[in-house]
Amino acid sequence: MKKVKVIKIDVDKCNGCRACEAICSAFHAEPKYSSTNPERSRIRVLFDPLKDIYVPVLAGEYTEAECNGRDTYTINGKEYDECSFCRASCPSRDLFKDPDSDLPLKCDMCEEEPPLPEPLCVQWCLSDALTYEEREEEEEEEENPREMEIGLESLIKKHGAKTVMDTVARLAKG
Amino acid sequence: MRYAETGVNLEIDLSRGSIEKEGSDSRLTELHLGGLGTNAKILWDRVPPEVDPFSPDNLLIFSAGLLAGTPAPGANRTIVSTFSPQTLLMAYSIMGGFWAPELKFAGYDKVIIRGRSPKLVYLWINGDKVEIRDATHLKGKGALATAELIKQELKEPKAQVAAIGLAGENKVYFASIEQGRSSASRGGIGAVMGDKGLKAIAVRGKKDVNIAQPAEFMELCNGVLEYIKHRKENPIKGVPPILAGLGSPQEMSIHDEQWHTASFAWGNARHRRKDFWNKEIEKKWKKTQDKAVERLISCYNCSMECGGIITHPKLERYMMKCYSKLTYTMAAMSDLDFGFKIAGLAQEYGVDGYTTPQVMAFALELYEAGILTDKDLPGFPSDNEERFFWLLEKIVRREGIGDVLADGVYWAARKIGKGAEAYDHNTIKKHEQIPIKLGVLNPIYYIMWSTGEKINITQIEGQIPQAPFLTKEEREEFVKDWVQVPKEEFKDFVLNWEPRTLPYYPTIEASCELVEWQETMHYIDDATGICAGLSSFPIKPPYHIHNLPSFISFATGLDIDEAKLWQIASRNRNLIRAINIRRGMRRKDEKPPEDHWRKRYPEMEAKLLDEYYKFKGWNNNGIPTKETLDELGLDYVGQDLEQRGVYKEKKAKVAKSASKKETSQPSPGTKSAPKGEKSQPKPKTKKDSKK
Repeated sequence: MKKVKVIKIDVDKCNGCRACEAICSAFHAEPKYSSTNPERSRIRVLFDPLKDIYVPVLAGEYTEAECNGRDTYTINGKEYDECSFCRASCPSRDLFKDPDSDLPLKCDMCEEEPPLPEPLCVQWCLSDALTYEEREEEEEEEENPREMEIGLESLIKKHGAKTVMDTVARLAKG
Repeated sequence: MRYAETGVNLEIDLSRGSIEKEGSDSRLTELHLGGLGTNAKILWDRVPPEVDPFSPDNLLIFSAGLLAGTPAPGANRTIVSTFSPQTLLMAYSIMGGFWAPELKFAGYDKVIIRGRSPKLVYLWINGDKVEIRDATHLKGKGALATAELIKQELKEPKAQVAAIGLAGENKVYFASIEQGRSSASRGGIGAVMGDKGLKAIAVRGKKDVNIAQPAEFMELCNGVLEYIKHRKENPIKGVPPILAGLGSPQEMSIHDEQWHTASFAWGNARHRRKDFWNKEIEKKWKKTQDKAVERLISCYNCSMECGGIITHPKLERYMMKCYSKLTYTMAAMSDLDFGFKIAGLAQEYGVDGYTTPQVMAFALELYEAGILTDKDLPGFPSDNEERFFWLLEKIVRREGIGDVLADGVYWAARKIGKGAEAYDHNTIKKHEQIPIKLGVLNPIYYIMWSTGEKINITQIEGQIPQAPFLTKEEREEFVKDWVQVPKEEFKDFVLNWEPRTLPYYPTIEASCELVEWQETMHYIDDATGICAGLSSFPIKPPYHIHNLPSFISFATGLDIDEAKLWQIASRNRNLIRAINIRRGMRRKDEKPPEDHWRKRYPEMEAKLLDEYYKFKGWNNNGIPTKETLDELGLDYVGQDLEQRGVYKEKKAKVAKSASKKETSQPSPGTKSAPKGEKSQPKPKTKKDSKK
């Protein structure tokens, strides 16, 4: 079993105060808590009060290229910006990049030793827009050997055993 | 490296179109902290008293509080200071929201604006890049609309914008500076911004704000959060719900308006409607509010949710906070739906939510009394609510009678004449006050209404319950965890407070001490930029005189203890008083409206001022003495006042001392209540009929 850490986001409860941004940037400052700068935060609240849109977003993976085509979501009559729910540090937007080095930022769930009971953005969110959950998940099982056999059998059927073996040998050499 | 502050101010001269970055003197931080304190120092040094508020030589200063942008919860205030066209004294108004932290992240503590631009411009502060940009296309645009348009044209949705609306452009004496979630609205500072030809300041920053002792500082911040959670679960018992919690009064979530509707006066600060609130109205207003308030919102790094996003079928979404929910409603003797409707429009025009409704209700009284006629108000609607909309349009455009009313009640009354002055019954130092009219004089409040430099009671009061607890058990329970008191003896004020002991409770001596405590906490907040709603305003706040010195010391690296902090607050307070003294303010100006209390006690009131002035180290004319100023390191201020001859002025005429001597007590509170003071004759103002 492995532990999965989840920050649950309730956009209806977000009041837009950005305490999460303040504390995240302080925690990740070097030395710890020595400075605050929301631009370095790994969580940002994307908000547009006059449309009543409030979306806390946690920094996810860096991506080299922006999406090919976009979606927009309309929820309860409110149209959200096309990148509203995306966690990527991406060339298309000015988000989740260190303002000095431009290197991508990524949420690490405030990992440290000894571990914190909850990531700090959750601790500082008194409106409970952010809540924390840990759950156990089954480890992904080893690949079933039978699956590989089925795959190879179908390849041999199509290309012949020799071609398949030659190809495997060549790939194995690197 | 500078801690908590950036150490850099922006100096903008709009006449010349110049932009300079100036390092600030760290010694001034030690003396005045920042925010209002250093603003006052700049105004003293650079704006001589002869300068008219609408002169290019007047300065308009936007300052972040010293702790704004640090992780200290609720440290987000922008302190705007200048000279008021209405009072002609120093004006300072303070707004929450997100502007001040963003300014810090952009790398500046203050934006100091002088001069006047020949055409309408806005300022774009994008970190190191600062530009004065054309704003002629924004002329006449609403304050919120302006912010949206600027963010769009800059392609910077994260920029924070403070803007004026039409009222500021037209130099309405009660024009505000709006920032969406918050506004700096008192004293007509929006008119000064309009006079300077400055439509807005947009700011965006990506730099660090540093903390000197991070670990210690964070421990304090976490303590504040824990305390906020504790208070959420444990509201103060025995006080009205609106006073039981933290934050600015929770007007966006609280439905029970018994306290405001019964205690505050309706119309032109005229009628008490003690029986107004009933089940039926509660049901109706709750429905209105639940429909209007779409979401509760907060300022930067604060969980209090004092504001709301308001939707109304007739309006674009807007943001509201606190008592502006009821000021228009009550001035118009109308209902809550009207309040939501007109407040949104008023915010776009950028006018003060306290003064504006009163000016309009004042005009209506003059009309009903025949002082203003149909000739003065051509096309004046017959419907009550429409009249308020009509007046608002005239005022913000300075059209017809609106041009007169746009100067506020005091100046308008004198311009209109024909007895209109008698209807100016709720101003202090030419500034409209909260519409509250009470029965018996309260000595603490007498001093605060009279001497508050901001001329606005909510910016000086706080900390203490407003009515006595009925039983001894309740009082003892209340003081048990009252850690905020500066001295243990202050608890006696609550412990010994029996019902119906006003105006003789507490003693004059105790009143002076309690007033000083209340105002000191405000002066600290106004320098640090911590929201009064978590500090100087509510009862039992998380920030108080015992932990604030550590907050400031750990953040800045300065070594500040309670005594030093108290002295800094006193220095700032005396400096602001000296600025106003230099502009002509004297004892004669220091009085609450005549009808503020039904029963008045002229001799006791004179004594209250005498004693408070003495207690503060001011002379009998309300002027800080040379010795007081010297002790605070403000000797240059004392010398200036001396050169101007203010100490040689004839002493103010003072009523004879009270016939019965007050028994002075060593600590706040006394049970003795000498009787027999004469009540003052009723104010002459005509009582108008209820609609």
